[in-house]
Amino acid sequence: MNATQTLVALWTLVIKEIKRFTRIWPQTLLPPSITMAMYFIIFGNLIGSRIGTMDDFSYMDFIVPGLIMMAVITNSYSNVASSFFSNKFQRSVEEMMVSPMPSWVILSGFVLGGMARGLGVGAIVTVVSLFFTQLTVAHPLLTLLVVILTSALFSVGGFINALLANKFDDVSIVPTFVLTPLTYLGGVFYSISLLPDFWQGVSMLNPILYMVNAFRFGILGVSDIPAVWALTASLAFITVLYTIALIMLERGYGIRS
Amino acid sequence: MAEPAPSPESSPALSIRGLTKVYGNGFHALKGVDLDVEQGDFFALLGPNGAGKSTTLGVVCSLVQKTAGQVSLFGIDIDRDFARAKYQLGVVPQEFNFNQFERVIDIVIAQAGYYGMPRREALPRAEKLLSDLGLWEKRYGSARKLSGGMKRRLMIARALMHRPKLLILDEPTAGVDIELRRSMWEYMRRINREEGTTIILTTHYLEEAESLCRNIAIINHGDIIRNTSVRSLLAELDAETFLLDLTRPLDAVPHIDGFEVYQSEPAQLAVVIRRGQRLNSIFEALSRQGIEVTSMRNRANRLEEMFVSMVNDPPTQGRQQEESA
Repeated sequence: MNATQTLVALWTLVIKEIKRFTRIWPQTLLPPSITMAMYFIIFGNLIGSRIGTMDDFSYMDFIVPGLIMMAVITNSYSNVASSFFSNKFQRSVEEMMVSPMPSWVILSGFVLGGMARGLGVGAIVTVVSLFFTQLTVAHPLLTLLVVILTSALFSVGGFINALLANKFDDVSIVPTFVLTPLTYLGGVFYSISLLPDFWQGVSMLNPILYMVNAFRFGILGVSDIPAVWALTASLAFITVLYTIALIMLERGYGIRS
Repeated sequence: MAEPAPSPESSPALSIRGLTKVYGNGFHALKGVDLDVEQGDFFALLGPNGAGKSTTLGVVCSLVQKTAGQVSLFGIDIDRDFARAKYQLGVVPQEFNFNQFERVIDIVIAQAGYYGMPRREALPRAEKLLSDLGLWEKRYGSARKLSGGMKRRLMIARALMHRPKLLILDEPTAGVDIELRRSMWEYMRRINREEGTTIILTTHYLEEAESLCRNIAIINHGDIIRNTSVRSLLAELDAETFLLDLTRPLDAVPHIDGFEVYQSEPAQLAVVIRRGQRLNSIFEALSRQGIEVTSMRNRANRLEEMFVSMVNDPPTQGRQQEESA
């Protein structure tokens, strides 16, 4: 395929993915908006007013970046995991396999589709948060970079999950038992400075902590961890996971007999 | 190192050499298949279930990883330049493999996009193919709402979007009613005749293979046991069984000199006619015995008789390969 044809193929796949999640918006876009609105009302307004300040910010202001990040992470991941697995399950993945599209185009198409949903839901949650607080962004470019890298990282993760999955249950195991606990323990609702030293050390092993804090630094200008660590770690993880996903796809893992 | 340029006129549409596939569980699905399909041919690949038809075609389409062997499409080795080889190929699989929740038009346009065809170019192509196949009115409907026959035609339209030179049809008319099957045959004949598209067909309807195909290969237990023209295969048929419906049931099977006769039902006789024997002799003999025949038909399609005898009793002298006609 020449460069133009490759671009057409990639664009086709991205548009197809965007059409998919917008077609089923009551399942993909509406629930996270409602869930996050609940978080803002209950944790931000009702309970948050009694908590007082966190890192010198109102509790509502403190949790907004974490909740946006949580929405981005879960939606990026689950979009690619469920979409690619659904393609495997319905065998429509064969449409792509018989075509001359290189593996990296297929992978990138799904990853960009996942990012479109993750970032789209992130934008919706941001708009919802404006009903509860005034959001000012301290470092706009850094904020954008962090959210894009995080979305890309978890989209690639979702793709690997879909390749490994044999049934629909396998697609929900990682989000339920790994991503959600790590996100909750990743400093979305609290600053790790509140934790005893030992648990602070344990928290440092959680990759989501770095992303949430880097994003919080981008918005509020405060963080438990230097943002550069998060950016470096995200780039490293994206490189490693993208390579693994590409090799698996090239070898037809889970899709070729 | 640059790949030598294939010579499109002289290269077969499909060339397979020593194709072997051993699955993870140790099952030898293909045992060194050799096969050539010439450009412009309408070719049938036949075999019983599990014989290796779909595995062979799966390797050609890159849905199955081969264990050993070489496959080339129009002279392009799939191991050297699979992307270029794939441009030559359109595939209509046995099972529906599109996203059932997508619209008909989106399915065919997306497939064109995967081959790098921009939307403005894909739309008129989609209109032509969907119209030819009677699906244009359904273009904005969800694919899951189509009937089984329409879904099959949708897969044909999808496979033809990028103008492939070789079309592989894996049981394209399975579960399709007779009227629709015949219209699909006519369509396949047309693209083979008018556009020169080489067609490889697998089917369980041997009447379909006999009616459509010029050349034929029979695969059994992962081996090509026969590769010849349909005409020469049928010429080898030395016996056909005819069923004669009678006006009344018989108490005993009538004896007819030189013919093998048995009673298939109380009011029906089965008569085996060998090459050189005349049907008149049977009717004369039956008339002499006061037995009246109301109708007559073949017990099975001619090719089917041949096929059954071959797969049940494969040649023991190794594979038989012949030049395609």
